[in-house]
Amino acid sequence: MEKRIRVLVAKPGLDGHDRGAKVVARALRDAGFEVIYTGLRQTPEQITEAALQEDVNVVAMSLLSGAHNTLFPKVVNMVRDKGMKDVLIIGGGVIPDADIPGLKEAGVSAVFTPGTPTASIIEFIKSNVK
Amino acid sequence: MDIVAELLAGSRLALSRAITAVENEYDEATAIMQKLYPHTGRAHVIGITGPPGAGKSTLTDKLAKVYRRQGKTIGIVAVDPTSPFSGGAILGDRIRMNELTLDEGVFIRSMGTRGSLGGLSRKTADAVKILDAFGKDIIFIETVGVGQSEVDIIKAADTTVVVLVPGLGDDIQAIKAGILEIGDVFAINKADREGAERLKAELDMMLDLDQVKTDWRPPIKQTVASQGTGIEELIATIDSHIDYLGTSGELARRRTARTRSELIALLEEYIHRRVLGRVTESGQLDQLVAKIEKRDRDPYSVVSELLNAFLK
Repeated sequence: MEKRIRVLVAKPGLDGHDRGAKVVARALRDAGFEVIYTGLRQTPEQITEAALQEDVNVVAMSLLSGAHNTLFPKVVNMVRDKGMKDVLIIGGGVIPDADIPGLKEAGVSAVFTPGTPTASIIEFIKSNVK
Repeated sequence: MDIVAELLAGSRLALSRAITAVENEYDEATAIMQKLYPHTGRAHVIGITGPPGAGKSTLTDKLAKVYRRQGKTIGIVAVDPTSPFSGGAILGDRIRMNELTLDEGVFIRSMGTRGSLGGLSRKTADAVKILDAFGKDIIFIETVGVGQSEVDIIKAADTTVVVLVPGLGDDIQAIKAGILEIGDVFAINKADREGAERLKAELDMMLDLDQVKTDWRPPIKQTVASQGTGIEELIATIDSHIDYLGTSGELARRRTARTRSELIALLEEYIHRRVLGRVTESGQLDQLVAKIEKRDRDPYSVVSELLNAFLK
């Protein structure tokens, strides 16, 4: 058996900056994960469909535009509706601390704000992935 | 309902999970392939290979869209290299195919090479079979033909398209063995760049020198995939290759050769796994390595003893 953790790294919504997402993608690659990178400006529908086709263990979204309260929960619901109950969903980017409890309630397992060492993201995925 | 029944009934999640089972060598993988095998052999498999940056994903995206307009369903297996150091990989070909993601008639799966040498693993071939059993009409395998020797794709594809770009290497590259020998169709992509005509002339020369004369002389098409230029012509060429394969009997020959090489590869893998498994589990392997290192034994007689013991 040769299981590799597969992570979808996606940038939802209208946001033209993906340097952070690329840094995270590279760190995950170096941690031995398979990272499927979808690029910028993805709709929740596209993210969900890519997660399904790629059968990922983790959906990691990064958002800097402020639309996280709408888009993150939307992806959580769509992914669950497609029958992917075990997929770990995490978020990151410019997200005010005040919004984090609400996102967690909506099913986002963890939120990583700027300055988080990539090692903590890797650690979180390793200990929480099913 | 089990995964195979769900897959055959059209569940995309079951399709996705079946590929994972094969890729991760889950216990149920063999049973899945056993049940799906009778449903395979219907799709036409198109290999897309060439050096990094040649525009293979963009070209695949455009070709898939034309086939979709013709009403055909599409599977795409996009292979990217796995890091030999971490075992991780960045699978980034979907970026070029985002518009296809929401088309229900298209299913794209990215795979890491995970240590296989020729750029393709048996698991890639199994993923193609799973898409075939699911009912896809055309299946693309897109893989990096990095150096000159990653030519496994020819064993898995019915039609191999080699994608090249102007400006890489000198004219000796065109007569080396390897990736250039496996093309059924050549696409010179980014043909709006300087050097496209020269590259075509060099390829023509190489193809004219080919000693193995068949009725199919690989055509060379120029494309600018990013702008959609030359795509219809390339499709027409691929389609005429599909016709040629059928009328000449070449398709039957290729598929027989593929069935044979797949059977041999599977046999090798199972023998390898069982013999090595037994030797490793018994702790024999470490002892033998130590003895060989001290020159008390030699590896050649050890191997022949192990095989004799196993096969008797």
